[in-house]
Amino acid sequence: MRIEKDLVAAAATPLVLGILMDGELYGYAILKRVGELSGGSMQWTDGMLYPLLHRLERLGYVSSSWGTSEAGRRRKHYAITPEGRAVLAERQEQWTVVADALRQVWQTAQRPPAAAEGWA
Amino acid sequence: MELHAELEAQIDRWRGYVQRRQAISAADIDELEDHLREQIADRQATGLDDEEAFLVAIKRLGNLDAVSREFAREHSERLWKQLALVPEGSDDGGAPPWRELAVVLALAVGAGLAVKAGVAWMDGGAGLARNLGLLVFPFLASYFVWKRRLTVQVAAALLVPFAALAVVLNIYPFAPGGSTEILAVLHAPVVLWLLAGVAYVGGRWRSDGRRMDFARFTGELAIYYTLLALGGAVLIGLTFAVLQIVGADPEPLLAEWILPFAIPGALVVAAWLVEAKQNVVENIAPVLTRVFTPLTIAMLLAILAVLAAAGGLVDIDRNLLILMDAILVLVLCLLLYSISARDSLAPPGLSDALQLALVVTALAVDAVMLTAMLTRIAEFGFSPNKIAALGLNLLLLVHLVRAGWLTVGFLRGQRRFTALERWQTQYLPVYGAWAAIVVVVFPPVFSFA
Repeated sequence: MRIEKDLVAAAATPLVLGILMDGELYGYAILKRVGELSGGSMQWTDGMLYPLLHRLERLGYVSSSWGTSEAGRRRKHYAITPEGRAVLAERQEQWTVVADALRQVWQTAQRPPAAAEGWA
Repeated sequence: MELHAELEAQIDRWRGYVQRRQAISAADIDELEDHLREQIADRQATGLDDEEAFLVAIKRLGNLDAVSREFAREHSERLWKQLALVPEGSDDGGAPPWRELAVVLALAVGAGLAVKAGVAWMDGGAGLARNLGLLVFPFLASYFVWKRRLTVQVAAALLVPFAALAVVLNIYPFAPGGSTEILAVLHAPVVLWLLAGVAYVGGRWRSDGRRMDFARFTGELAIYYTLLALGGAVLIGLTFAVLQIVGADPEPLLAEWILPFAIPGALVVAAWLVEAKQNVVENIAPVLTRVFTPLTIAMLLAILAVLAAAGGLVDIDRNLLILMDAILVLVLCLLLYSISARDSLAPPGLSDALQLALVVTALAVDAVMLTAMLTRIAEFGFSPNKIAALGLNLLLLVHLVRAGWLTVGFLRGQRRFTALERWQTQYLPVYGAWAAIVVVVFPPVFSFA
């Protein structure tokens, strides 16, 4: 299943910040983690991650530092900042409200036939 | 992780392609390349070969236009190209990024010290005027010698004429205030400037392209030097206004310390700025030449009209002739600069027609000047000044006639623009040779009068 572009974009910031809560990571590792967490259904164009990371850095949600990879290449690592943590907490609340509302709506609404069969 | 030659070459090509995107900085490319290589390594681990792994990785990186647009949205300031005086340390292993700045500042201070010493020893007279160029030139040339890593042969090729010029200017028994001395003072910097050009082109003075680069450099240097001078003047003016209000007299400080250091130092700094920004900022030249070409045509036409109305060429004042020479030299600089700024592959257009108009009006002015000079020579006989002016005018005439001829050919589609470019660059050394003759041969011929 592929997830719609707008939805991926909306989820991007909390997802990246949430992943960075486990410790600092570099871009490719962040993307891999996104793939694992979503069972491969949240696919970003890889290149788009970097402008996003730069935006988060400009906003002060993450900080970056250059390190070296095992192969000896320059590698940029990102870490969440206290400000990022605060934003993440806020987003979490917002998403909880949205998810809650959606769940209630779907429980009361008439389900499409295909889904209804599964419930029987 | 074993990476293969073909794959490395592909990654290199990809880098070159991404580098052309203004919104993606060198550090971003490093980051993207790291990503690309990780992706390739992961694909290889699943059994893909180099080629397949590269293709998958590139595809997953996404449409470069879209990625670049996203970068531009995030870093819009990059679309205003920035001139970083101390480059970011993206190329590891090289010289520390501040080294060039340190070298430039040291050379600028050195040039200031040399001029200051010259002022102190030569008492500010004609001796100083003769030697001023000689004092500053080594520091400017040293910058290029250092920057271009010139070979010993080229450095020697610079040093020998420089030394010869220094000897000639200082052992010739010039009559005080004589015209051969003034001519030498005026022409020595031309010789030095062409020598600086040899240093600038890294010893490849036979290359037309490099000579054109030097023409471009000269124009941009003039602009930068002017900007630095304007900024410096404002700064000094404000400081002095404050000092004078509190009762201090800053005049001696200005004359004895600030100007001897600021004027030559700014030249070295301006040279470095042009060098540092040449691949960062669009040249201002194309805009300036488009503004000034029509204005200069108007000026030349006005001069022609006034000269025609004045009548009697014999009575033309000597100072007017010198002034007109200066104007023609300036026109030529404008012509050369606008040619250097033009895209040589573009088809002929309005600006080329304007350039032809400029050449034709300049030729008309030059013809008037030549007539006036020849009548004066017929009337009053030869003098070093007259011969020097006549020689310069003949050089200008040849330059302009051929440039006009080639421009006509280009406008009619019979010639390519490169022919015009090549003519300009090939003719430049002639001016240097003439200036050298005026400095070296004129004084003894006219017995140092």
